[in-house]
Amino acid sequence: MKNFIKDLGYKFNISEIEYQRKNLTFLTIDKENVVQLLAYLRDYEGFKHFVLMTAVDWIEDGIFQLTYILNSPEKKIDLGIRTKILREKAEMTTVHHLWNQVATYQRELKEMFGIDFPGSPRVDESFILEGWDNIPPMRRDFDTKKYAEETFFPRPGRSTNDPSEYMKQKLYPNE
Amino acid sequence: MEFTVSKILWTLLGLFIVLNWGLIMGGTMRKIGARVAKRHGIPIYQPYIDLVKNYAIRTQITHGIMFYLGPVFRLSGGVGIFLFLPLIFGSDHWSNFSFSGDLILILYFQFFGMLGMALGAGEGGHPYSAIGIGRGLSQFTTIEVPMTLAVIALAVQYNTLSISEIVAAQQGGIANWTMITNPFATAAAMLSLLGAFGHSPFNLVKAPNEIPIGPPTEYHSTYLGVLRTNAAILHVVEAALFMNLFFGGATNWFELILKTFLIYFWSVFVGMVFPRFRIEQSVRWFVKIPLVLGIIAIIIII
Amino acid sequence: MNRLTATEDKLPASVFGLPTNFLKMKETDDNDKFLHEENKKREATAPDGSIIEIDPMQDYFCDARPQVSEPYKIKIVEKFLNWARSESIWVLGFGTGCGSIEIPPLVTPRFDMFRYGVQMRPTPRQSNAFIISGYLSVKTLKRVIRSYEQMQSPKYVIALGSCTINGGMYWDSYNTINRLDQYMPVDVYIAGCMPRPEALLAGFGKLKELIKTGRAEKANEYVENFDWYKANQKKIIKDWNMPDYNW
Repeated sequence: MKNFIKDLGYKFNISEIEYQRKNLTFLTIDKENVVQLLAYLRDYEGFKHFVLMTAVDWIEDGIFQLTYILNSPEKKIDLGIRTKILREKAEMTTVHHLWNQVATYQRELKEMFGIDFPGSPRVDESFILEGWDNIPPMRRDFDTKKYAEETFFPRPGRSTNDPSEYMKQKLYPNE
Repeated sequence: MEFTVSKILWTLLGLFIVLNWGLIMGGTMRKIGARVAKRHGIPIYQPYIDLVKNYAIRTQITHGIMFYLGPVFRLSGGVGIFLFLPLIFGSDHWSNFSFSGDLILILYFQFFGMLGMALGAGEGGHPYSAIGIGRGLSQFTTIEVPMTLAVIALAVQYNTLSISEIVAAQQGGIANWTMITNPFATAAAMLSLLGAFGHSPFNLVKAPNEIPIGPPTEYHSTYLGVLRTNAAILHVVEAALFMNLFFGGATNWFELILKTFLIYFWSVFVGMVFPRFRIEQSVRWFVKIPLVLGIIAIIIII
Repeated sequence: MNRLTATEDKLPASVFGLPTNFLKMKETDDNDKFLHEENKKREATAPDGSIIEIDPMQDYFCDARPQVSEPYKIKIVEKFLNWARSESIWVLGFGTGCGSIEIPPLVTPRFDMFRYGVQMRPTPRQSNAFIISGYLSVKTLKRVIRSYEQMQSPKYVIALGSCTINGGMYWDSYNTINRLDQYMPVDVYIAGCMPRPEALLAGFGKLKELIKTGRAEKANEYVENFDWYKANQKKIIKDWNMPDYNW
């Protein structure tokens, strides 16, 4: 695994390597080289299986972190490719030409995070939220509780507890 | 055949008995199916409650005139078979309006209800109805061929087209039944009967978990009640037709009930054992085995 | 496409946080943009060569308002029919949330709902009872309303799980509704997260009791408060691209 990552490091400009497990490693690479790296991994290194694609909203740093996870059936390892894009200019090159199913992930990310993938099939159609007219709900500046209270009809009389406070009171009432 | 008031009343009484026996038989068969699956199953009288409930639904919608007429045609197909079918041999009251050429008429009525239903369900406009109709008609067409061959073999064997005379020729013990004297025709007809009853291997027409129950998808409340009434009648009269043709007919009601039960049970039994065929498989099967048996029956008899 | 003819004074005063001019606001044609391509107005050539205009929302769907369906006048007949209805409950096979996994065990030998006269039907036309099984996302709610309105009266709704009562563990989600009874009338609630199949059977027992005593007339309640329910539904279903009453 480590040798393989080292070889990869000669070919691509990998900025960060995180060994998560024996068979799972995360690489960080800048957004221009992602497509190139994915195509190389698929065609030459046997990472045929596209596992998933997801995004994380680092609102403090003003970036979205995209993660593509690939699996190699022969090497039996998973590889996560991370890249960072700016929050203001949330746009990423589409990779649906490498794996067809990526188009669905990209459609979902467009809807949930507002990350655009120009050229991806059906990326502008609504996926789950039909007729959504607010900011994308998985962005962290979207207040889901406030939205739910305004939109739906909360049943009056519902009380909630902060779990950590509640358990502290329950377990150590004297402190 | 004369139309007197008492004759009509006897026929209506026969229809009533047949309807009730059909409902009870349907409930019993579903109970048997449940017991095979180790379930408790519905109560035997559940078909009655379902029927009452369907007739008691308060709102109905329609998609047009043919939508109304579909269940009516289906019911007239079932009742039509009943009207011209002698139920009990040697009885004036229960021979209905059978006449010397009734066999051909009954074969026609079998297809009539199916076609009427196809027109009505087609106007319902549901895509699954159309798929169900396509499957049903293609399957029923292949069922018709071996069944008709078997019936023609019988007609040649007994030199008549009257069901009463065919029954009369079979009297005098099991050795005279068509089942023994013409086993190939019986086999062809009994195998095609499986498709006519539409139980498991050949129930893709109404497969509830593939195409939501096929042609009757849009039918509800009273329409569905009429369809269910017809199904109860049709199951008994089809079984009674085969009883008359192949199993020596019946001389009393008890014999009729026993024989129709066993003939219907034959299709349920096969349905319990075998999983569902796809439509092209079932068409291919009907063209292969029952058709060949029917042709053999014809060749032997001629 | 909008043919909601309600006036403001018909609206119940207790509409939670709903702007009073809501119905008026929606009477504009602005939600035509959500219509599917095949439902938009278009011109077609008739068989005789003339050009006709087709408005699918007018021509293909019935826009009549639903009517209250009265019970039988004769008490004893209605009682008998109610007994038949209660002993033959046909449930629409429509699973909406995680609770739909509690329905399949009901047809297995262990629970076997058939012995209580409860059967599954695959089409809404023939069903009487609708089990809302668990959380209901807005996208599903749209389908649920369509299916519910295609069912024939009398029809019953069983709400399964706490999500249908107050939102359950998804109470602050942006995509799941909190209270089902704001969008369609509910006959029986079954509390729990998730209730066991036994609880569902008990719910059927309760529903039977309601039907037998003639108290399960929620389909008429839906008709009587039609405008209120429609306004609530339209508040959250933003791409309303179907007729207002589409049976």
